[in-house]
Amino acid sequence: MKRRDFLYLTGMGTTAAMLSAIPGMGRPIAPERALETVDVALKKQMADVALNAARAKGATYTDVRIGRYLNQFVITREDKVQNIVNTESYGLGVRVVAQGGWGFAATDKLDKDSIAKAAELAVAIAKENSRLLTEPVQLAPQKGYGEVSWKAPIEKNAFEVPIKEKVDLLLGVNAEAMKGGADYINSFLFMVNEQKYFASSDGSYIDQDIHRIWPTFFITKIDAATGKFETRNALSAPMGMGYEYLYARPQDKIQGVTTLYKGRYDMLEDAKAGAKQAGEKIKAKSVEPGKYDLILDPSHLWLTIHESTGHPTELDRVLGYEANFAGTSFLTLDKWESKKFNYGSKLVNIVADKTQVGSLGAVGYDDEGVKCGQWDVIKDGTLVSYQAIRDQAHILGLPASQGCCYADNWSSVQFQRMANISLQPGKEKKSIDDLIKGVQKGIYIIGDGSFSIDQQRYNFQFGGQLYYEIKDGKIVGALKDVAYQSNTQEFWNSCVGIADQSDYRLGGSFFDGKGQPQQVSAVSHGSSTTRFNGVNVINTSRKIG
Amino acid sequence: MAIFSKEESKKILEKVIAFSKADACEVNLNGTNGGNIRYARNSVSTAGENSDVTLIVQSNFGKKSGVATINEFDDASLEKVVRRSEELAKLAPENPEFMEPLPQQTYGESKTYFESTAKITPEYRAQAAANSINPAIAKDVTAAGFLEDNYSFASMMNTKGLFAYNQSTGVNFTVTMRSNDGTGSGWVTRSFNDVNKLDTAEASRIAIDKALQSRQAKAIEPGKYTVILEPAASAELIRNMLFNMNARQADEGRSFLAKKGGGTKMGEKIMDERVTIYTDPFNLDVPASPWSGDGQARKKMDIIKNGTVANMFYDRYWASNKNVAPVPFPGNAIMEGGNASLGDLIKDTKKGILVTRFWYIRAVDPQTQLYTGLTRDATFFVENGKVKHPIKNFRFNESPVIMLNNVETLGKQVRVDVDGGPGGGASFLIPYMKLRDFTFTSLSDAV
Repeated sequence: MKRRDFLYLTGMGTTAAMLSAIPGMGRPIAPERALETVDVALKKQMADVALNAARAKGATYTDVRIGRYLNQFVITREDKVQNIVNTESYGLGVRVVAQGGWGFAATDKLDKDSIAKAAELAVAIAKENSRLLTEPVQLAPQKGYGEVSWKAPIEKNAFEVPIKEKVDLLLGVNAEAMKGGADYINSFLFMVNEQKYFASSDGSYIDQDIHRIWPTFFITKIDAATGKFETRNALSAPMGMGYEYLYARPQDKIQGVTTLYKGRYDMLEDAKAGAKQAGEKIKAKSVEPGKYDLILDPSHLWLTIHESTGHPTELDRVLGYEANFAGTSFLTLDKWESKKFNYGSKLVNIVADKTQVGSLGAVGYDDEGVKCGQWDVIKDGTLVSYQAIRDQAHILGLPASQGCCYADNWSSVQFQRMANISLQPGKEKKSIDDLIKGVQKGIYIIGDGSFSIDQQRYNFQFGGQLYYEIKDGKIVGALKDVAYQSNTQEFWNSCVGIADQSDYRLGGSFFDGKGQPQQVSAVSHGSSTTRFNGVNVINTSRKIG
Repeated sequence: MAIFSKEESKKILEKVIAFSKADACEVNLNGTNGGNIRYARNSVSTAGENSDVTLIVQSNFGKKSGVATINEFDDASLEKVVRRSEELAKLAPENPEFMEPLPQQTYGESKTYFESTAKITPEYRAQAAANSINPAIAKDVTAAGFLEDNYSFASMMNTKGLFAYNQSTGVNFTVTMRSNDGTGSGWVTRSFNDVNKLDTAEASRIAIDKALQSRQAKAIEPGKYTVILEPAASAELIRNMLFNMNARQADEGRSFLAKKGGGTKMGEKIMDERVTIYTDPFNLDVPASPWSGDGQARKKMDIIKNGTVANMFYDRYWASNKNVAPVPFPGNAIMEGGNASLGDLIKDTKKGILVTRFWYIRAVDPQTQLYTGLTRDATFFVENGKVKHPIKNFRFNESPVIMLNNVETLGKQVRVDVDGGPGGGASFLIPYMKLRDFTFTSLSDAV
C-alpha cells in the first residue's frame, strides 16, 4: 500500500470495492479465515520445489518467501460504521543470484508446476540482468539455521476479538468525543498479521508469526463564529502487539498536561481529552516566531528520529540506490570512515534494534534469513554505523548482515528497510517536570503532525498535535500555529537533556514508503522526553480570501 | 490473459449478474499487464513484469453490502464469488450512506489506449534505460531512473443494466542525474499514454544538463521571491488543492472552501482571474477514463473558472443529501496557460528563482491549504532576464490558493502525472508559471 492509498483508505466514504483495488491489500475474506494457518510441512515442501528448480537452472543462491498477509480494518465516523475490511494476500516469491545478478519472480498459484516456473523465471531474469551489471552481487556469509520458528510475544491475537467488540469500542470513542464537544470524529482500528515462511539455499527454513495494531482517530472542532477549525489526532502509537494494547492499565499512564501512554492505550480517555483540547486549540495563543528551547514528547520525537536519523543511516540511500525517489544521504561513507563525525551532542546515543519487544519492526529473522539483533548507529554523538543487508555488508567491512531486509508482500522483492531506530534514555534520573523546570523560554510539543525533510536529510520542519508555552520553568498555556525548522546536525547537537528510562516510550509508522515500485514497512522509534535548545520556530497561520 | 476485450468482459459480467440473488449487485472486472525497470549507480538494479485480473462483486440486501473477489472465471468460481458476497452482505452492519447502483449512463469515447504502449517488451525497457545511462557515463554523471508501463482494462455491470468498459495504456519515466563531484543534481519526468512520444535519451539529456549546471550552488537569503515554476514543480500543489475541493468537507465547515458563519465559497472568486482549471476526460494530451469507478459519466467541467469556484465534488450520497447532482472526482485536470515559453518567462524577469521541482510536500494547515516542502534537483537565480547561477535549495511554506492569487504570467502547458502516472495518480496539464511573493522560509544544504 502506498502512502496515497493510505490517504485514500482513511478518506471519507471509502467503499469495500475501492479497498479491493489497492495493490498489495489482498482479497476480502471472512473474518474467521484469518485464524486459519498454513501447515509448516506444506510450506517446506513448496519451498523445496522452488529451491530445487532454481538450483537446476543454475542459481548460485536462492531464497523463497511464502507469505500470508492478513489485514483487518474497522473504519467509523461519529455514529456510523463506514467499513469493515478483512483481506488476505497469499503467495510465494523466489529470489535468486545467477551469473552474479539478482532475479525475482512471484506467484499466487501454489501448485508444484507454478512454483517451479516462478523459480525458473527468476533465474532467467537474473541472467538477463547480469548482462547490464557493473558489480556482481556479493553476499555476506550466512549460516543455515535448519527448521526454526519465531512468534511475536503477544497476549491477545486481535483477529480473535469479535468485530462487534471493536465496533463498540470505536463507536464508544466517537460518542465520548462528540459528548466532549467535537464536531466530527473519524476513528480506525488497523490490525495486521504476517505469517511468513522463509527458506534459502543456505539451509534455513524459518516460520514466523508477526502481529501489529494501530488504533487511531482524528477529531475536528469548528468555531462557527470565525469559521476556523482545529484538529486533534490520537496520541496512540502503532505497535507490534496484539489486542492487549487496548487494555489500558493505570501503570501505563503518565499524568501531566494530558495523559500520555506507555505500552498500553486508553482510547476512550484520549478521545475525551482530544475533544476538549481541540476546543482549546481554537482559543490558544498564536505562537510568536523565534528561537525556543523545545521539550519534545516521545509521541512527537519518534517522527523526527525516523526522518533525521532513521532514513539518512540507511545504507542503500548512502550508496545512491534511492537517488531517483527517496533521495540520498548527507551521512556519506567518508563521515563514517573518519570515526569522528559529530552527528549530535554527547548525550545522543541511537541504537538500531530489530528485537525490541512490542515494536513494529521486531522479528526473529529478516527477509533474507538473518537472525536479528541490535547495534549502535550513533554512539556518544558520533556516527558509528548504518543499516545494511547481505549484499551491502562487505562495503562496511562487516562479517555479516545487520538483518535489515524486508518485503511488504510475497510479490514484492525484498530490499533494505529501516530497523527500529531509537534514542537511548538519559543515564541520570530525570523526569519530564525536571526538563521543563530548567527552561526559560520554550515550547512543550506532544503528538506528531506535519512533517517534511529534504532528500539528503539536512533541513526539516515538524509540527505536532499539542503545543504548550513554557516560561521560567512553568507551562503557562496552550499555543497554536507552531512548526519548528532545523538542520539535522545542528538539531541533534542542541540536545541538552533526556529523561530517564522510566519515561521511555515507542512511537512509529505503519506505512513508511520507499522504493520504486513503492513498498511500505512498519517501524518503531523509542525515546524518553528530550530537550533541544534554541530551535527556530515559525508561525504557520495564513489568511486566504 | 490479464486483458479481456469488451465482448469477453461483457460475457463474464452477464454470467455473474445472472447468478445474483441479492436486492442489487454491482460487478467490476479489471486487469493489468505492467512492467518496470529501475536503475541506479549507472546500472540496472531491478526489472520485472506483473499481470493481474480481478473480479469484484458487491451484493446488497437493503443497506447492507458485502464484497468478494476472485481471479478465476469458470462458471463454478463465478457462482461461488457471488454467493460469498451475498453471505458477507447479510452479516454486514447497515451502511446509512449506501446508494443504489446506477442505471445505464451515456459515456463519451476517450483515447486512453495506444497499441504502441501495450506492446512494450523487456528489451524496450532495457534499451530505454541504456539510452539514459550511456549519455550519463559519457558526461561523468550518475543516473538513477525508473520506467514503468501499464496496459489495463476496466469494466463494470450492475443489476440495473449499467455496463461500462475502457482500456488504457500509460508509461511514466523519471530520472535523477547527479554530478560525480556530488554538488549538482538534475531531474526530469515524462508521462504519456502513447510510448511513441517518449524519448528517454532526450529527457535524460535535460537532466544531465541540469546536473552539470547546478554544480557549486550559492546560498541566497530565504524570503519572498518571484518564482518561475516548471509545471512539475506546481502540479502536486495544485493536485493537493483540487483533492480538497470535496463538497462534503466544505459543507461540514472543515475545508478551505468553508465560509465563516456557514456555507461554502462556491461561486466566489478565490484567486487571480487568469486562473481557469477544468477537467476534460477527452483531452488528447491527458486522456482519462470517461467513467468513474462507480459508473458515473465524466464530462468536461470547469473547476475554477476565471479565479472563481465553479464546481466542488459531490459523491452520490452527499449529492442526494444536499439535493444536487453528483459531481464525480475528475480523472484529469487542465490549467489554462498562455503562449510564453520558459525562455520568455526568464527573459521578462528582473529578479527571481527558477524551480525544477518541489519535494516532500506535506500539509501544514488544511484551513488555508498551507503546504511545506523543498526545491530539489536544480534551482537557479534569475537576474535581468538571464539565469545567473545555481542556488542552494530552499524550504517553502506556501498555499496554492495564495500562490494562484500572485500570478504574473502563465506560459505554455506541459503534461505532468502526479504519483507515478500509470495505474496510479492522475494526469495534469499545467502551464509554466511566473508568480510573485512565493514564501521560502529556510535554506537546505541538500543536493
